[in-house]
Amino acid sequence: MGAGRVGSAVAKRALAAGYEVSVLDEDPLSHERLEESGGRTWEDAGGMFTVGTALEVDSLIEAGVQRADVFIASTDGDNTNLTVAQIVQRRFEVGKVVCRVMDPARAAWYAEQGLDTISPTRHAIEMFEQALGIDA
Amino acid sequence: MYVIIVGAGKVGLNLARELIDKGHEVTLLESDRRRYLVVESELGHVVQYGDATELWVLERAGVQRTDLVIAVTGDDEDNMLVCQVAKEKYVCERVIARVNNPRNLQHFKLLGIQPVVSATDLILRLIEHEVPRYGLVHLLALEEERLEIIELEVQAGAPAAGRRVTEVELPQGSLVISVLRNGTGFVPTAETVVEAGDQVLLVLDAGLEDKITPVFSHPAD
Repeated sequence: MGAGRVGSAVAKRALAAGYEVSVLDEDPLSHERLEESGGRTWEDAGGMFTVGTALEVDSLIEAGVQRADVFIASTDGDNTNLTVAQIVQRRFEVGKVVCRVMDPARAAWYAEQGLDTISPTRHAIEMFEQALGIDA
Repeated sequence: MYVIIVGAGKVGLNLARELIDKGHEVTLLESDRRRYLVVESELGHVVQYGDATELWVLERAGVQRTDLVIAVTGDDEDNMLVCQVAKEKYVCERVIARVNNPRNLQHFKLLGIQPVVSATDLILRLIEHEVPRYGLVHLLALEEERLEIIELEVQAGAPAAGRRVTEVELPQGSLVISVLRNGTGFVPTAETVVEAGDQVLLVLDAGLEDKITPVFSHPAD
């Protein structure tokens, strides 16, 4: 969910690695990010694309959430990611749900609650600390 | 009582005014700078600027000692997550969330956010109350307590019509609490006779509606 810079890159890598990949985004134009450099479309490459808002359960179902093994929430909105990730985890019982959370404090707390969170901000802080030679 | 209100829009601001009038301690949180400044000119330090989905903003507002968190922003995701964090991380016993889009109600339930207030639903219920098309109106559902309050119109020829309240055969777990007749309501005594055309209010255990409706409906219906 969320075909921005992060989501689309992960989607393409996953597809290339042989996974079946379905992308959900509310912006139809985000589809362009999924095009291959050779002019091959995302669908030609075997990918799926659904336009819709993930808070609408119908969109999730249309995108195939019911048979998903992994769900990645990678929109630029922490609140959207956290909400939808929990819905997918609890309602559709997807085995692995990974959620992007910019806010490091909430990423840590939700991780304690059993959500797989990735905080780019946390990583950036650690990189800067390393660059400065400060031990975390 | 100490109350944190999240979202200083029309709902949040008026709620804050009411609660302050009633003598409660209130902190209002608003994440839009311009809206914050408008509200701050009226309420001063009662309103704090910040995004309440961030933990430190809630902590600064004193979420650890609050009795009640009310999330009434225009964004359902924000309302859901603020309540979830208040309840589960800061062990705030009471949270109330506003649902903007009734379709999101299922998500609030899934995340265990209770109770919720949906303006759309309230307006729908008012319409049902004023324009009783469906016969039975759900006025209030206390889901945790598994109780409901419903309103029914007594139809001519119904088993209950013309009988005293004590003689009306109701299933266990239900009680007539009020009768509305000619535009006024009253609490019935044992001697009150239920008449066709009355609206009766009943409190009942959840799920008993189907057994109660026939008592007040015409048998042919």
